[in-house]
Amino acid sequence: MFTNTLLMCLREIRRNLLRSGLTVLGIIIGVAAVIVIVTLGAGTTKQVQEEIGKMGSNMLVLSPGGERRMGGAATTSAPFDLADLTAIRREVNALSGATPVNMRPMQVVIGNENRRVNIMGTDNDFSTVRNWKVTEGRLFMPSELKSGKAVCIIGETIKKDMFAGQSPLGATLRIAKVTCNVIGVLEAKGQAMFGGDQDEIIAVPIGMFQRRLSGKPNVDSIYISANSEGEIAEAKAEVEKLMKERRNTGEDGQVDFNVRDMKEVSNMVQSTTGVLTGFLSAIAAVSLLVGGIGIMNIMLVSVTERTREIGIRMAIGATEREVLLQFLVEAAMLSAFGGLAGITLGLLGAAALAPVLNVPFTLQFSTVFTAFAFSAMVGVVFGFMPARRAARLDPIEALRHE
Amino acid sequence: MTTQPHTSTAGPPGDISQMSYAGPVVAFENVYKIYGKGESEVRALDGVSLEINAGDFVAVMGPSGSGKSTCMNILGCLDVPTSGRHLFKGVNVSDLDRDQRALLRRHFLGFVFQGFNLLARTTALENLELPLIYRRIDKKTRREMAMEALRVVGLTGREHHTPAELSGGQQQRVAIARAIVTRPSLLLADEPTGNLDSARSHEIMELLTKFNREQGLTVILVTHEEDIAAFANRRIDFRDGKIQRQTDTRKVG
Repeated sequence: MFTNTLLMCLREIRRNLLRSGLTVLGIIIGVAAVIVIVTLGAGTTKQVQEEIGKMGSNMLVLSPGGERRMGGAATTSAPFDLADLTAIRREVNALSGATPVNMRPMQVVIGNENRRVNIMGTDNDFSTVRNWKVTEGRLFMPSELKSGKAVCIIGETIKKDMFAGQSPLGATLRIAKVTCNVIGVLEAKGQAMFGGDQDEIIAVPIGMFQRRLSGKPNVDSIYISANSEGEIAEAKAEVEKLMKERRNTGEDGQVDFNVRDMKEVSNMVQSTTGVLTGFLSAIAAVSLLVGGIGIMNIMLVSVTERTREIGIRMAIGATEREVLLQFLVEAAMLSAFGGLAGITLGLLGAAALAPVLNVPFTLQFSTVFTAFAFSAMVGVVFGFMPARRAARLDPIEALRHE
Repeated sequence: MTTQPHTSTAGPPGDISQMSYAGPVVAFENVYKIYGKGESEVRALDGVSLEINAGDFVAVMGPSGSGKSTCMNILGCLDVPTSGRHLFKGVNVSDLDRDQRALLRRHFLGFVFQGFNLLARTTALENLELPLIYRRIDKKTRREMAMEALRVVGLTGREHHTPAELSGGQQQRVAIARAIVTRPSLLLADEPTGNLDSARSHEIMELLTKFNREQGLTVILVTHEEDIAAFANRRIDFRDGKIQRQTDTRKVG
């Protein structure tokens, strides 16, 4: 009997193909939207995790400024200097490396090309701390670091865009007004978490940055890598203790720096994407609701249109339950088809959008299954009222219906 | 209440229709059907008693508003009397709920309507299979029974035609085939020839007469027309909700 009901409903849907299609459009859009959002959201999360792994999950970032207070303006705290770096290297046991990072966008001229590029003042430790190798040429020489010589290591994108793929080693470029020799090329890192090209960068010795580019003996931030993941907390505590001493923070506990590990960053990113995904999913849920109301609407029309048919079925001996089931199955089937179409569309959409947004495409079966079950449920919930109306019809009245 | 049709679907449905009862197929005992209350009260049936026996071919006649439609609705277990007893094979139908009456219709009754009432855009074969589906008859048997019924009404070769592709007479024959395909105990025909010309009408009546004679099918027919009523062997005239006259019109020989 159930197979017969299914076949009957299938035929009914096919009979009004255009109307059925338009009816489930709401469901299709809703489900497709959910699939796109959840798939891309999952892709982003995965990407962030991978990136943090790439960066080295052992990494700590020391930067000036206290704990952010709500509503408070970012306080200008005293910057670090190279003495702080030396102290960290000397005093903290749990670290495998520490490197200064001064990052500032500056005008760079190569030949007659001109663009704004992030200039990173650092030393050779950035290569180990950030797990970033030099693929061509070499790192800085000790003498270059000491004297602050105008040499630079360029990112992959700079090489590609401004040297047309030719070897840039030995070439010169101008950063601000300083002429600079290219000594190496950094390994490609790809897109950063929130867009932005990590390879559009030029690394220079920290000394050169301080003396010739910024003119200040500051170190903006210090990247530190712990010996192992297990020693992150220890390294963090040691750095905090040391910096408290060095920066003379009083007993009131007000610190004017912070040490962040990558887990925190990763959690922050994940909670941000989580909130975003949740918000967009809520919008998608509203569209599913609207889709459900559309199905209810069209099923009510269908019941009215088919009143005589219902009368015939009742005269022939269909029970209330059988009539109810017929219309309920029809509604559920309609929305399940909508769900399937939405899933297909959503996956195609996500696959098409993923490369544009630089997010990996990850297929999640749980999402697909939930979306399908949910769409079928929408049909049952919103199909129930019209189905019950059909089942409660008086056969005599129904047979008389024109 | 041993003869009450049970709601379970266990066992072949044929078992239920084989249910034997020696008395009349249908009996009305002082049946009233009253619509409205007080001043505006309308007595559609005003104390009707009748008996219809197995094998009867009854023509119900009367002007519109005489109560014959109400009578047919109650006979078809689509409605229940306000008071009095409607016995179908000894079972008081008034005691049954909606679903039990649906099952009674499914297993014992066949309907033929003036407007044919076939499912639109559905082939003759599928229309015939519909009551068999509700009887939970398997697909193969269903197909065989439907084809046989179509053959009996002379529509072999038209099984895949939809009502729109059939003439009125053909549609009514499909409707008759649908009514008899389940081998009911009682066939109710509500002005089956009302939409047909006289030649088609006679064809339809001959078909009904054939089922009555050859298979002993009990037929109750509502009609306006004398020549259609003449096919029956019993005639009940209604007027103002009461039976005005019952005549035995059986032809001798």
